[in-house]
Amino acid sequence: MNLAQLYETLTAAGNLSGWQEMYVNFYKAWFLNDRWIQYFKGLLTTIEVTVIALIIGVALGVVVAVIRTAHDQQRLGRRNPVLGIINALCKIYVTIIRGTPMMVQLLIMGFVIFKSSRNFTLVGALSLGINSGAYVAEIIRGGLMSLDPGQMEAGRSLGLGYFDTMRFIVIPQAFKAILPSLGNEFITLLKDTSLISVIGGKEIVYFAQAIITKTYEAMYPYIIVAIMYLIMVLIFTWLQGKLERRLRESDRR
Amino acid sequence: MKKILAMTMALAMSLSLVACGGNGTTSSAGSASSQGAASSQGAASSEAGSAAAGEFTTVEEGKLIMSTNAQFPPYEMVADGEGFEGTGFEGIDIEIAYAIAQKLGLELQIDDMEFDGAMLAVQNNSADVMLAGLSYREDRDQVMDFTDSYATGVQVVIVKEGSDVTMDNLGEQMIGTQRGTTGYIYASDTPENGGYGEDHVIAYDNGATAVQALLNDQIDAVIIDQEPAKAYVEANQGLTILDGAWVEEQYCAAVDEGNTALLEAINTALNELIADGTVKQIVDKYITAD
Repeated sequence: MNLAQLYETLTAAGNLSGWQEMYVNFYKAWFLNDRWIQYFKGLLTTIEVTVIALIIGVALGVVVAVIRTAHDQQRLGRRNPVLGIINALCKIYVTIIRGTPMMVQLLIMGFVIFKSSRNFTLVGALSLGINSGAYVAEIIRGGLMSLDPGQMEAGRSLGLGYFDTMRFIVIPQAFKAILPSLGNEFITLLKDTSLISVIGGKEIVYFAQAIITKTYEAMYPYIIVAIMYLIMVLIFTWLQGKLERRLRESDRR
Repeated sequence: MKKILAMTMALAMSLSLVACGGNGTTSSAGSASSQGAASSQGAASSEAGSAAAGEFTTVEEGKLIMSTNAQFPPYEMVADGEGFEGTGFEGIDIEIAYAIAQKLGLELQIDDMEFDGAMLAVQNNSADVMLAGLSYREDRDQVMDFTDSYATGVQVVIVKEGSDVTMDNLGEQMIGTQRGTTGYIYASDTPENGGYGEDHVIAYDNGATAVQALLNDQIDAVIIDQEPAKAYVEANQGLTILDGAWVEEQYCAAVDEGNTALLEAINTALNELIADGTVKQIVDKYITAD
């Protein structure tokens, strides 16, 4: 007897025991009408949004962090006025993004700024990326600032330019220090994608809720979704661990 | 691998504990007659207490907790001020529920949540009854018990003025609906079953968001119940309702499946309210015939 037949017999019989009811409810949430395809359709959107947002977030974060650090590490009395203006802009960006909830930002992006766009996935990814950028910027800035100024001075005195010193000396060391908090931020980003359903983005939670409206049973769809997120985060954590080990190889022990 | 398994198990166990958390307290019908509060209802006063015949249980003793989605004018909406009788809400369903609660000698408590959540609240015994312009459907009847109908619901299609959307070419448009409503369920069904397919339908948290998306041109049409549709069209310039009904349904109140005593008590009270014209009075107050 295969799964579908078992489901048919059980629903036809009625008056089920606890275990049988669990099976029937799970079957409805996963197998019936090929509903599992919907979860994976949602999963694909979630991954798509995460990847786009990640790229936007890291790009924005690096730029903002470098500007903020360059501004803060200028020598007294020799401040660059242009850098001061850009720095102020970066500060406003970080303040606004960190000072408003992700949900509100999504609603503003979806219903005010990009109000005629029909590509909800991309609007969602963009808002998440812009949001993530502010946090990534602060994390990277923390890493760059934490490094002893002597490292930069040493690099410069060896004849490397500012960007070369950054590229070969400062950033590799800073990156190792910020990797755990960066991983944290990426995991938060992945989980925040569940919010894009409020503007019509069709990710995993959207489909789970859609299935619940048809089965009137909330437990299995939500648990399935929770497990899917958990697996994604576990894979990500494992990759991050590998990267960290790799970077530690050059450490003195 | 073991660790993953252990974590998943722990998650599943903690969730199953939550699922067992339903509770119920008994409220005897005798308490109904002792409360004279129903007299404020005018027509209803003489029958106070007569509705509740058997013994029924509510989630919290002395309270009738109603789950609803208060973004559904004129059936239920969040009031600007105190609302109806200090509930903070107003609308047809709110007043009917209040009248029912008076008859049963219970205090009405309104829990406002999303529509799909409101249905689950009744099934999970975190609310006693759902009144939210809830249409009767056979598959809903399998998980909830429905009272008699107190109103007819007609689903209509809102479009922008001057758009070329008609009832016949809806299948080629992007349609906005409210998640969990019959409009969503029918429209997202496969074309073979008379729907338009999941790809042509977007489910929003509430009707207002769907209408906002329509105003923004993010979607081409919104399928929603007639009365809220009228309210939305009136409130927003440039919207119009397509002629004809998309589907016609019966609005009912619902309690948890198997809660027969409460269902009967509510049904008796509801039918008394329909018989003495209170329901019609409430409906007329909010919906002016045109």
